[in-house]
Amino acid sequence: MDKVKIIEVKRSIFENNDKDADRLREELKARGTFLLNLMSSPGSGKTTTLVQLINRLKDELAISVMEADIDSDVDAKKILEATGVNTIQLHTGGMCHLDADMTRQGVKNLGDAKADLVILENVGNLVCPAEFDTGSAVNVMILSVPEGHDKPLKYPLMFSVCDLVIVNKIDVMPYFDFDLEKCKEYVHMRNPKAEIIPICAKTGEGIENVADWISRQIKEWRNS
Amino acid sequence: MHELGVVFHCIGEINEIAKEQRLEKINSVTVEIGEVSTVIPYYFEDCWKWAVKKEEGALKDAGIKLETIKAVTFCKDCKQEYETVKYGKTCPNCGSGHTYLVTGNEIMIKEVEASFPEDG
Repeated sequence: MDKVKIIEVKRSIFENNDKDADRLREELKARGTFLLNLMSSPGSGKTTTLVQLINRLKDELAISVMEADIDSDVDAKKILEATGVNTIQLHTGGMCHLDADMTRQGVKNLGDAKADLVILENVGNLVCPAEFDTGSAVNVMILSVPEGHDKPLKYPLMFSVCDLVIVNKIDVMPYFDFDLEKCKEYVHMRNPKAEIIPICAKTGEGIENVADWISRQIKEWRNS
Repeated sequence: MHELGVVFHCIGEINEIAKEQRLEKINSVTVEIGEVSTVIPYYFEDCWKWAVKKEEGALKDAGIKLETIKAVTFCKDCKQEYETVKYGKTCPNCGSGHTYLVTGNEIMIKEVEASFPEDG
């Protein structure tokens, strides 16, 4: 007969990932690489927004992009063609989010080229990407007008982990019952510190403000 | 597919514990799941059963026991606690929205049952 022993663990499943994410944050800080984790629903205009942002920032910063998707490389190709910056595609193999370890592998695959700013385009999903710390310096999410101004109420965790909420597709606001003031109120209910910037990625309206926000964050991060 | 990712994380943690404590055979693992943790116990169990079949070490074919952590929210205005699942983010006592979750979003490995060969 074997002896049976109960081992008390009491450990959160996220504990390892959180530690790993902190380690990655330190490694990136030492390399001088600012990691921005970009999250949103599918179809909110992440890739279009990125192209606009990169073209505005690439003269002052060395930028790389990691595209995470369940499958295909259409986004990575689009970014590469439209901006020319170093881009890699990560496949999550059916997983709905990226964790710190997958992000580290992605960073490794970017190679030794100098990168001031690495943008991680997370899987299009408002649920699990919010739960797993990727090791990023900032979290940014895009909420597009057709999704509705009540999204912060439906996905509170996502909004509570974001430093910046970009409201995209404001050109179609008149066709949807989207109330920007209500949206701001709901975001701040869950996260009083979140900044909110309205944009239209298609026309470029407001992109300047997001680019300024990113430059400012990088400056503060370098001095911290 | 969210549960599968959580199961992989869980297995990673337990394999580390098995290494630390030199466990050779794990009979079962008890995991506590918060009511508002976004993990559905039924799916978690299914993913677990599939994943431990592929394990080669101590966790191979280990059983899973799931326990629920009740979700409780605290109201900052009237300073009372209430059941999250029933009332959500709006306090049933005073109608305030200034509330925060006290407990219920956790996914915790509670304990591991391992067997050791009887020596002597």
